[in-house]
Amino acid sequence: MTENVLEIDGVSKSFGGNKANDGISMTLARGEIVALLGENGAGKTTLMSILFGHYTPDEGRIRVAGADLPPGRPRAAIHAGIGMVHQHFSLAPNLTVLENVMTGTEKLWSLRSESGRARAKLKALAERFGLVVDPDARLGDLSVGEQQRVEILKALYNDARILILDEPTAVLTNLEAETLFSTLKEMARQGLSLIFISHKLDEVMAAADRVVVLRGGKVVAERRAAETSKAELAELMVGHRVARPVREAHERGAPVLEAASVSVRIDGVDRLKEVSFRLHAGEVLGIIGVSGNGQAALASLLSGTLVRSAGDILLYGEAIGDFSVADTVASGIGRIPEDRTREGAIGEMAVWENAVLERIDEPRFSRRGLVDRRAAIAFAETIVRDFDVRGGGARTRTRLLSGGNMQKLILGRNLAERPRILIAAQPARGLDEGAVAAVHARILEARKAGTAVLLISEDLDEVIGLADRIQAIVGGRLSPPVSADDVDARALGLMMAGAWKKEAA
Amino acid sequence: MSIVLDIIASSGLWAAVLRIATPLIFGTLGALLCERAGVLNLGIEGIMTFGAMVGWLAVYHGADLWTGLLVAALAGAVFGLLHASLTVTLGLSQHVSGLGVTLFASSLSYYLFRLIVPLSGSPPTIEPFAPVNVPLLADLPFIGAVLSAQTPPTYLALLLALLLAYVVFRTPLGLAIRMTGENPHAAEAQGVNPMAVRYGAVIVGSALMAVGGGFLTLSAFNSFFPTMIQGRGWICIALVVFASWRPGRALFGALLFAFFDAFQLRLQTAVDGVPYQVFLMTPYILSIVALCVMARRARVPQALMQPYRRGER
Repeated sequence: MTENVLEIDGVSKSFGGNKANDGISMTLARGEIVALLGENGAGKTTLMSILFGHYTPDEGRIRVAGADLPPGRPRAAIHAGIGMVHQHFSLAPNLTVLENVMTGTEKLWSLRSESGRARAKLKALAERFGLVVDPDARLGDLSVGEQQRVEILKALYNDARILILDEPTAVLTNLEAETLFSTLKEMARQGLSLIFISHKLDEVMAAADRVVVLRGGKVVAERRAAETSKAELAELMVGHRVARPVREAHERGAPVLEAASVSVRIDGVDRLKEVSFRLHAGEVLGIIGVSGNGQAALASLLSGTLVRSAGDILLYGEAIGDFSVADTVASGIGRIPEDRTREGAIGEMAVWENAVLERIDEPRFSRRGLVDRRAAIAFAETIVRDFDVRGGGARTRTRLLSGGNMQKLILGRNLAERPRILIAAQPARGLDEGAVAAVHARILEARKAGTAVLLISEDLDEVIGLADRIQAIVGGRLSPPVSADDVDARALGLMMAGAWKKEAA
Repeated sequence: MSIVLDIIASSGLWAAVLRIATPLIFGTLGALLCERAGVLNLGIEGIMTFGAMVGWLAVYHGADLWTGLLVAALAGAVFGLLHASLTVTLGLSQHVSGLGVTLFASSLSYYLFRLIVPLSGSPPTIEPFAPVNVPLLADLPFIGAVLSAQTPPTYLALLLALLLAYVVFRTPLGLAIRMTGENPHAAEAQGVNPMAVRYGAVIVGSALMAVGGGFLTLSAFNSFFPTMIQGRGWICIALVVFASWRPGRALFGALLFAFFDAFQLRLQTAVDGVPYQVFLMTPYILSIVALCVMARRARVPQALMQPYRRGER
């Protein structure tokens, strides 16, 4: 029916004996949105890097609009009309939007830069696709969503006809993601062709015309989005049926952590306002809300990195004053921070170092001021084994682990010590289906063993699946708790919009 | 108070300011160019020393003064190539490589000088650049008197600051250099070769540093002696931060430091009863104060000191 603008034909690429891409073939038609679906490590990013000339394929070829694309040359890819929007933006925060877009677009040795013409072209593109952004703003001053717009504009500025987006929603809020997808659909309507890489089933179903599923470096299936389902795609992606574990009914214990009208004020801004909750042993209390509504402050407060300005906190029934991170460790509070690469683990350090860092002063890991490496490594190896951390051992640099495995390490570091309380902030964010299921199973196991879990999340399915009781967080305030058995997604959606306030009034 | 005013009102002070500033301008612009592309070049102190030595040596052996400066520039470029090979291709620590280049280039300067020029009671001299009178400018009151004391390399330094400002901010090449210093991966993705940009910037930047050194032996003084650079290279490294990596502000910073220096020299002779070391300290103290004020809002090139490797994030 429509002509193919892109044909990938039998592309293979190995890294040291490991076949990242194995005879992959796929096509892309004009005006089409194709989702490339697969778990982390399925070979999606490798394929796109080959397409964009970052890697040279071992076998196979790529044709753009019928003409062969020379391999391994980003310039040739740009010239052929391929634009790439990286997951980690290729932008310079200290330069302006216009400068970021213009880099490399003019002859290097021309005596002056045609910035006036560039500005006009950028403006026209921004209007045509609804990607409004100030060309003279310093890039670092823009929000993540705006920066992504710049990244897209950059590709369009180079006259891209084929746009590749690598996990474009990984860094966006839900609202920003919706805006992005309506932009992408508008682009397709105007004749551009798009491939977006994802492991999120919801957005694949919502935005793509066609879905290509990769597993283990091979194309395992191809479906029209209208003719498939989330369940089918999940199964194709993982290779077997996956079901996220769901909690079973069980008796909760005594309250272990209580907050009564707790407020947190930072630089004159109320991050938390008179927040109250009561967390029991052996239950999961879900805190649901759109990100940016005070979740970060709540997690920091309970992790000991923020101090409250008003209210009382009772730990194991006793009122406590300000407490530090060391106090949380000492009193059996495990923490899974929201940003695992920034707060959760130190990428340049080994897995074993990350595993014992917060307990390094305990006698079992240090003797007379010296680290007992053997004990520390043994401890890390236990975590690696028990929590199924793959992609490296105790001595691997943590940076080399995938997101899911790093999260398992952080989870293991906390749960191996049988904490009485676990503060889990967005524990499954950015993980693929298999890893999500693993993380959820661990949290439910901890609950069964009597740990009190505070689950802070913006994923409705996650909260409904795990939590016994749910409170919504909106504008730094917490709703009264509701039992998870009494609510559905729609009711939770209303709570996240702050609907309980009206009832109270 | 009147002493201070007298000093400031004398054309001699301002003539000295320009003279003292010239090697700093060359050195600062050179260091700035390297750092804009993302490479810290602590080889500057040694490269200036070598430039001073080799430029002087060329003239001592019969070359004319401009050829002397050119020889200094070429020698600087060679050390730049060395630094670039170590930091860009091999991706070694820029600090360590730079300090290595400084130690190597300084020692080599002293060694070659001692090898070629026999030891004598007073160091041999050359005929340095003579001041030039630029038509029209020389006729202006006061400014004429200040400028007529200057030699051609000083004019070159002033023009170079303007030229570099234009190149960095107004040309596609400048944008490519800045992008390489901010995010070499992004530069590469847009078809710029960050390796080539870094090599070019370090080689040209090092050549400028060496010309700054050459000015000392071919214009400010007429002989070479060890330790004559006296930390000017390090001042340049600080001036780059002070200037927030902008050539125009680098020019201003070099002039400001030179003003402090020239001023304290005159104060030493004008004021009795204060140890002269106190005055010697003042330019450095004032520089630290100025640095504190200016550098807090400085925008450091984000990829400065980060080696670039293709395909690695």
